[in-house]
Amino acid sequence: MSHGAMSNARYWLAHNAGVLTAVALFAVMFTLYVSNHSAGLTPAVATTAANKAVLLALVAMAQTLPVLTRGLDLSVGMVFVLANCIASTIVVGSVGTGLLGVAAVLGIGALAGFINGAIVVWGRLQPIITTLATGAVYYGISLFIRPSPGGDVQSDIADLLTGQLFGVVPAALVVLFFIVLVVWIPYRRSILGRAAYAVGSNEQAAYMSGVPVQRAKLLAYTLAGLLASAGGLMLTFNTYSGEASAPIAGAYTLNSIAAVVIGGTSLFGGWGSAIGSIFGAFVLRTIEDLLFVFDLPPLWQPLFQGVVLLFAVSLGAFRILRVRNRLELFT
Amino acid sequence: MTGVDTGAARGPSLAGRFGIDRSVAIAFGCILLILAGGALYSPAFLSPEYLLQQLQVGAFLGIIASGAMMVILLGHIDLSIPWVVTLGAMMATAMVGWGGAAGVWLCIPFGVFCGAVVGTLNGLGVAYLRLPSMIFTLGMNAVAQGLMVLHTGGFAPLDQATKAMHFIAVQRSLFGIPNALFVWAIVGLFVIYVLRRTAFGRAVYAVGNRESAAYLSGVNTNRVLIGCFAFSGAMAAFAGVLLAGYSNKAYQNMGDSYLLPAIAAVVLGGTNILGGRGNYLGTIAGVILITLLQSILSVMQMPEAGRQVIYGCVIIVMLLIYGRGAKARS
Repeated sequence: MSHGAMSNARYWLAHNAGVLTAVALFAVMFTLYVSNHSAGLTPAVATTAANKAVLLALVAMAQTLPVLTRGLDLSVGMVFVLANCIASTIVVGSVGTGLLGVAAVLGIGALAGFINGAIVVWGRLQPIITTLATGAVYYGISLFIRPSPGGDVQSDIADLLTGQLFGVVPAALVVLFFIVLVVWIPYRRSILGRAAYAVGSNEQAAYMSGVPVQRAKLLAYTLAGLLASAGGLMLTFNTYSGEASAPIAGAYTLNSIAAVVIGGTSLFGGWGSAIGSIFGAFVLRTIEDLLFVFDLPPLWQPLFQGVVLLFAVSLGAFRILRVRNRLELFT
Repeated sequence: MTGVDTGAARGPSLAGRFGIDRSVAIAFGCILLILAGGALYSPAFLSPEYLLQQLQVGAFLGIIASGAMMVILLGHIDLSIPWVVTLGAMMATAMVGWGGAAGVWLCIPFGVFCGAVVGTLNGLGVAYLRLPSMIFTLGMNAVAQGLMVLHTGGFAPLDQATKAMHFIAVQRSLFGIPNALFVWAIVGLFVIYVLRRTAFGRAVYAVGNRESAAYLSGVNTNRVLIGCFAFSGAMAAFAGVLLAGYSNKAYQNMGDSYLLPAIAAVVLGGTNILGGRGNYLGTIAGVILITLLQSILSVMQMPEAGRQVIYGCVIIVMLLIYGRGAKARS
């Protein structure tokens, strides 16, 4: 290997260290889970695990995009629930009308995201407080649509997307892979996607360099809404019903932030990727499954989960060992 | 005025001296507007009895918001409030059983102490591990939740409020003014004193504006961070103790509905969510505003869905009126 290739590889490793840590963590935990599961790695076990994990993975992907611009979207969980409630109302009937409903739900999700982005960009309010407020609005609308849990969903689409492809591959993973392929990768390679990283690193410098700051932010929040609503759709396909649940919305919002951090994305913006967040989400989900197979007393589970979460996010503290100047700590 | 800009007008005007700036004035204006609107609906909204009751309910939020404000002034955020509120309530009520004869006296300080411990841990994580407060306090919230689930399920502790808690939270002893209001007033005066009259308070604003500059000026910034987080934890737990007195019982999830209103109250009071700017008068206005808004919407029998939508819209619209942030231009 030539010297140039060596340093390229080292650079790539350093750049993706966060993602690779999350992948390794997930691999270890999932192996532990499967080897202790009474049934082993059957397609059914994998599908159940995938169906649950993909929900958080999509919401975590959604959270990644605003975070990369040094923002935050505290409404992802509410958009997720809103999409769930709307989908349980309009994704019904024949396959054709069901697909129309799917498109409508995704459109509404994107619109919700766009409203967040518009308030952040043109209203120039802080993302954290903006999305806190719009989250309340979206939750209110979900409650209006579905005051009590219920509804239905087009079962052909639901069975297709939550079952197995060729009897082996969990279809939910294929959906996730498809979304990465048509949303994340083109976005990452687009001008506005790169602009999002520039804005997250240094908004002033990005502006002075002629980066389309406003459009980059708008697109990031809009896509966040779209991805969160995709998660809400998948939830509907799993549960066959809609529920305007504040605890679910809150839990998904908070877990999405944790997944983003575990996946190696910096909350200070400009660094990370949605791929990392997907594995961060898988890690969080596998923790719950592990508790299940190891038969931990139910009373201890929330504490164990909390400690693991705290420990996982504390891994980010290793950066303080690398700083050469104490002033670098204050960023 | 010398020293740190606390967000007040720069001249020595009377309004500036009391910390009344644009956002605080608008917040108080909105309070009057809500009251006027309520009075049109029913004159009972202006009765002293109704107003005192609102202030009593608002006192719990006010105490939590006092702690949250100290952390927000640093440019950080404390997301562990929900379960620290519950932790304070549960530890205080359980202490009655653990402490024997002294338990009745120890319970309130013990509850507040437990909250301060969690807050100190938050501060240590943010200060020494340099983790983003948003994610570290979130983790602590999960740990506190785990501890409380274990505590209630595993040890079947006492969860009844003591007479003293009930006395502070519900009863009125002086001129019919609720005791809880006095407690909030004491907490508020303490925060105002610390922020305006002590070096620690100046350091809080300095760290919120630029931590590296404060550090280079010789401020022990880690001490400031830990102090504010500990205060936030202690106040959340204290409010939990009072809430237990108010509802006579400590129960799970009792703190869930206080996180967002507390942050919203602080921000509606004109405190900058990025830190470094804000004053306590604004927080008072924010707390009263949120409490009145919630109360009036429930009196009008607005369904929960409509309440959430109005709640969110009010926050956005008010912040837009306060003035938007600076453009990305150097």
